[in-house]
Amino acid sequence: MAEFTLPKNSVLTEGKTFKAPADAKNIRRFEVYRWDPDSGENPRVDSYELDMDDCGPMVLDAILKIKNDIDSTLTFRRSCREGVCGSCAMNVNGKNTLACTKAIDSYPDTIKIYPLPHMSVVKDLVPDMTHFYAQYASIKPWIATQTPAPADTERLQSKEDRAKLDGLYECVLCACCSTSCPSYWWNSERYLGPAVLLQAYRWLADSRDENTGARLDELEDPFKLYRCHTIMNCTDTCPKGLNPAKAIAETKKLLVKRQ
Amino acid sequence: MDFRTPLAKALGIGSAKAGTAHWWMQRVTAVALIPLTLPFIILLKLCINAPYRETVAWLAEPLNTVCITAWILAVFYHSALGLQVVIEDYVAKEGAKIIAVWAVNLSFLFLALAALLAVLRIILVG
Repeated sequence: MAEFTLPKNSVLTEGKTFKAPADAKNIRRFEVYRWDPDSGENPRVDSYELDMDDCGPMVLDAILKIKNDIDSTLTFRRSCREGVCGSCAMNVNGKNTLACTKAIDSYPDTIKIYPLPHMSVVKDLVPDMTHFYAQYASIKPWIATQTPAPADTERLQSKEDRAKLDGLYECVLCACCSTSCPSYWWNSERYLGPAVLLQAYRWLADSRDENTGARLDELEDPFKLYRCHTIMNCTDTCPKGLNPAKAIAETKKLLVKRQ
Repeated sequence: MDFRTPLAKALGIGSAKAGTAHWWMQRVTAVALIPLTLPFIILLKLCINAPYRETVAWLAEPLNTVCITAWILAVFYHSALGLQVVIEDYVAKEGAKIIAVWAVNLSFLFLALAALLAVLRIILVG
């Protein structure tokens, strides 16, 4: 059965509280999931009270403030701080998002920060993305052609065909959608999940690709594709405003069309 | 130790190259059940309110017999398809999954046969 009991070392405990400076007037409380694989202890939630007059506007600014000024042991991924790299995906107040593009002011009170749900945790806010990336590699996310490339030009594409890639190419593979999907939680060994299926459709929709049939063959599987039950958490949570559920529906339509 | 690469694990034993018919038939039966449920409601209403003879006479009308038999086929087929998906979602152990899927499919087949036979008996024997 699906495991409804919690595995060992997963029950949260209360951690330390770091008070704001005494002269701070504009205080926000951040509760952050902490787990250290070396300690053998259960994960804990540490609380940090930040002076918002001395902190940037985004959730990532607050996390960086904690790391730089309060507690350097806090571990997380970040790189571009502008929603392009997809590194700082995490669960903020119960919803997956990119910490760098989410304003602190969009939340009313205490901000709770956890790693992406249902992934193995490497440390603190860093999930193990190995399987997710391997699934991405498995759909061969590159152009496949039999016709040789034109000698003197690039492979041409009409403006209309190029427009079909809008809403697909913007995906930064942050995994917010896949890790918000219950089907991905229960069956991620085999189900590819919304992010990888959106990427798969990005190549199905590309007019220059000559491998559509083989790509559909690979996707046509009760688990790889058809675990999607249109729950729509993916579209609801996508920090880039994309619609993975629609991409999956389009893939299913192609499979029916070729019957 | 497991020395298989992450890609080998993600690829697994490959695609079943199936599932589209299952998914599509679930939609087809769902749409078919929208009009077919109307005669079924009429039959239910007769069963509760009308005398036995009147109910049997209604069911023996050829169009009504066809509608009710079609409803039986669609509803049990739809249920079997849907419950199989639920089992595949939540039962992770391979052996238990196979047994549960077979049990569900055979149960619905049995129920469908029983329902069809009941309809035939009622309209032929009365």
